[in-house]
Amino acid sequence: MSTLHAVEMTINGQSYQADIEARITLADFIRHTCGLTGTHVGCEHGVCGACTLKVDGRAVRSCTMYAVQADGASVTTVEGLAQPDGTLHPVQQAFTDCNGLQCGFCTPGMQMTIAAYLEENPNPTEREIRELISGNICRCTGYQGIVRAALDAAQKLREAR
Amino acid sequence: MKPAAFDYHRPQSLSEATEMLASLPDAKLLAGGQSLGPMLNFRYLMPENLIDLNRVTELQGLSRLPDGGIRIGAMTRQYQLEQDAALHREIPIFREALRWVGHYATRNRGTMGGSLSHLDPAAELPGICALLDAEIGVQSSSGRRTISIHDWPVGFMQANIGEDELLTDIVVRPWTQPHGFSFLEMSRRHGDFAIAGVACLLAVDAQSHIEKVAVSVIGVSNGAARLRQAEKALVGSACTDDLVRAASQEIEQLEAPADAHHSGDFRKRTAKTLFCRAVQKAYEDAIKRRSAP
Repeated sequence: MSTLHAVEMTINGQSYQADIEARITLADFIRHTCGLTGTHVGCEHGVCGACTLKVDGRAVRSCTMYAVQADGASVTTVEGLAQPDGTLHPVQQAFTDCNGLQCGFCTPGMQMTIAAYLEENPNPTEREIRELISGNICRCTGYQGIVRAALDAAQKLREAR
Repeated sequence: MKPAAFDYHRPQSLSEATEMLASLPDAKLLAGGQSLGPMLNFRYLMPENLIDLNRVTELQGLSRLPDGGIRIGAMTRQYQLEQDAALHREIPIFREALRWVGHYATRNRGTMGGSLSHLDPAAELPGICALLDAEIGVQSSSGRRTISIHDWPVGFMQANIGEDELLTDIVVRPWTQPHGFSFLEMSRRHGDFAIAGVACLLAVDAQSHIEKVAVSVIGVSNGAARLRQAEKALVGSACTDDLVRAASQEIEQLEAPADAHHSGDFRKRTAKTLFCRAVQKAYEDAIKRRSAP
């Protein structure tokens, strides 16, 4: 057992504190220590994108970051995407409307990636969306529904502004 | 709990980081963690000490040198390079190449210095640095030195850097005359490691003859390779298919190791095709920019 480090971070607006080993990934911290299992862990080496979430506003893979590195950070997971009253985020609603998921394993990572990207680029082309989600692996859908959902969400978000 | 246990250190300054590097045994530096993270998770590497550079603010960001050079701090993240308007204006090939670096979410963490230290043969950023004759600054507790990018790779994924040295910055100098550019890459899926890639900067004179050209190849040999003979062969002429195809033959001389996916010959063939396309594209771009700068 190596040294424990005191870590404190805000996840979806709530504060979490723990003493943990430095080798605990942010993904494992969020799932095991905080009990937030919406973040999925697939490959655990930064390839599949299932564990993507936002740290200080930017989408990152939580399996290639250690929880100790997020000390003091503000984290958003898929649980933080919907409104507190349960109203789905436009990206989540679009996934439902466009059949953007089947088994749902890649979905949290897909939605966090797309939601973060649409804040930067509100009017993406289909090609840009395909490049974007090239970092998120889905083994069910063939990506067609996901691409449609991302474009649909982009349009809804533009209309809402 | 994927990596083997390590002692974690988080220096707040460059001097603190170099002191740690000098005194701690079996230490690894952690930059963006997009290559080291997977290696630690797989336990390919089990260092005793991990020195996290993410809070060393001196290593972050871009600055301008009096001679027009652009100094890129080692911990500048790839997305910051993508978004930097001045860098895009002066060296537009950067943004073009960055599109191919990993994925959106990995570019949010991955750094310039990390990419150059890891030195994957297929990495895009070393290819751009080779194109621009970048100078790399490294520092240890006993001093600082600079190394040309062309002397930087010393073997497969091995950089010309001492165990007690830390990469601090990369200096690139934009071309001052109007020029065209292109960056082409071939991979099985977008964001995968390149089978081969070619980067090209090219300037033409009033007769549309090639005045100056730089070409680098990634993915084929141990580090990014500049094609000096090809560049020499291209200068002074208009860009014709025959000329470009003949120049591309220099790629045959590269030492191209095979890996699990592709033979060395296939990588070379891919690189030669990309070379021809990249030079043509940069040439057309150069003519366009010269007539309407």
